[in-house]
Amino acid sequence: MEYLIGIQGQDFVLVAADNVAAHSIVKMKQDQDKMFKLSDKILLLCVGEAGDTVQFAEYIQKNIQLYKMRNGYELSPTAAANFTRKNLADYLRSRTPYHVNLLLAGFDETDGPGLYYMDHLSALAKAPFAAHGHGAYLTLSILDRYYRPDLTRDEAMDLLKKCIEELNHRFILNLPSFSVRLIDKDGTHDPEKLIPVGAK
Amino acid sequence: MALANVLQSESVDFSNYGRKCRGFSSSLYETELGLESVGGDNLSFAVRTACSDGDGPERKIQFLHGTTTLAFKFQHGVIVAVDSRATAGAYIASQTVKKVIEINPYLLGTMAGGAADCSFWERLLARQCRVYELRNKERISVAAASKLLANMVYQYKGMGLSMGTMVCGWDKTGPGLYYVDSEGNRVCGDLFAVGSGSMYAYGIVDSGLKQKDLTVEEACDLGCRAIYQATYRDAYSGGQVNLYHVHSEGWNRVSQSDVLMLHQQYQAEKA
Repeated sequence: MEYLIGIQGQDFVLVAADNVAAHSIVKMKQDQDKMFKLSDKILLLCVGEAGDTVQFAEYIQKNIQLYKMRNGYELSPTAAANFTRKNLADYLRSRTPYHVNLLLAGFDETDGPGLYYMDHLSALAKAPFAAHGHGAYLTLSILDRYYRPDLTRDEAMDLLKKCIEELNHRFILNLPSFSVRLIDKDGTHDPEKLIPVGAK
Repeated sequence: MALANVLQSESVDFSNYGRKCRGFSSSLYETELGLESVGGDNLSFAVRTACSDGDGPERKIQFLHGTTTLAFKFQHGVIVAVDSRATAGAYIASQTVKKVIEINPYLLGTMAGGAADCSFWERLLARQCRVYELRNKERISVAAASKLLANMVYQYKGMGLSMGTMVCGWDKTGPGLYYVDSEGNRVCGDLFAVGSGSMYAYGIVDSGLKQKDLTVEEACDLGCRAIYQATYRDAYSGGQVNLYHVHSEGWNRVSQSDVLMLHQQYQAEKA
């Protein structure tokens, strides 16, 4: 029901998430932000079971900030992704596993942009593009077909729009709007909120 | 609501236990052996299995979210409207339940799900809010209060708590409305309806809120109307409509109207 997507370019990462907070068949909120800012250049996108998402994401967020306070410098996106995965793995076989699916997007001074795919079984994969949710089935092939490692910002945005139009066209659930953010060497930017044509 | 339901279901279960087993054995008797059981004779060729419905000795507490509660923000604050019916299965246990919990003079909480869960945790929340006030010498914000509640119940996630509540109030940032439930959801919004009759209520309030800038009276009427329509369609909602208005000075109880009276009134208006 929820949807996350990330596309890595040469010097940026573009991420988007839908804005619906649903409770059985009702849309409780239509402007929910599913992106959590771990630091100036790291975003965590989190979907999954109610309650677990916010609690887990905020837990990771506070711990990343604590690291910065203690040590004087921030964790890199790779370190943050591995830290997150370790926490997911530790809780996986406990009595209270976190049922969440994540995308972590970040920009590192030395390594450049990075997009990390994590799921509720605590798998971790660094990928050039990734998606979560039922919508992923419809859009991953589009990403496979049209993705190039040297995408410009506009081209990546167009690719994202293509994916969202496909969702609007074929996905049974109406996802009226998507939050979009872009991370590059200058930090996190909010280009625009995407509202697919024809969606109310 | 839930307490009546638990007691009811315990007793009903015992009688079902006997009935079920007898039914099981007699039908087997009749179908397989083609013989009629002699009245009073406890002879039975059927295997007496434990008549459980898969839960074993730990019977799952059946919580019925038979209620309609709603709250919405508008220009002059927050309107909170609730029904007052408590059901235990098909039996109406009470028509005069208070489903709005007064946390403190400027915070309200609504009740849906287990009555004991809602009133206990919201009372605990009231205590935490007071401690915050004493420590920080200022009123707690609605966001913080709802976060306290959400974190408290998250620790019991999966253990059978049933609570769907809206925390409504007015703080420094203006009117505040949060939906918090025992699943761990905590969502800020302008309009929420919770309970079995919630969808009927959404229909009315969504269409009524389209015209912006309601007066206090219009907003109260809308809330009242929405609950009435929900009680009309939903069997598990009814009784009276309790209406509260939260504004900058705190909350005040606007009205308590019997749903049947409202029915007469609205029918007369239609004619």
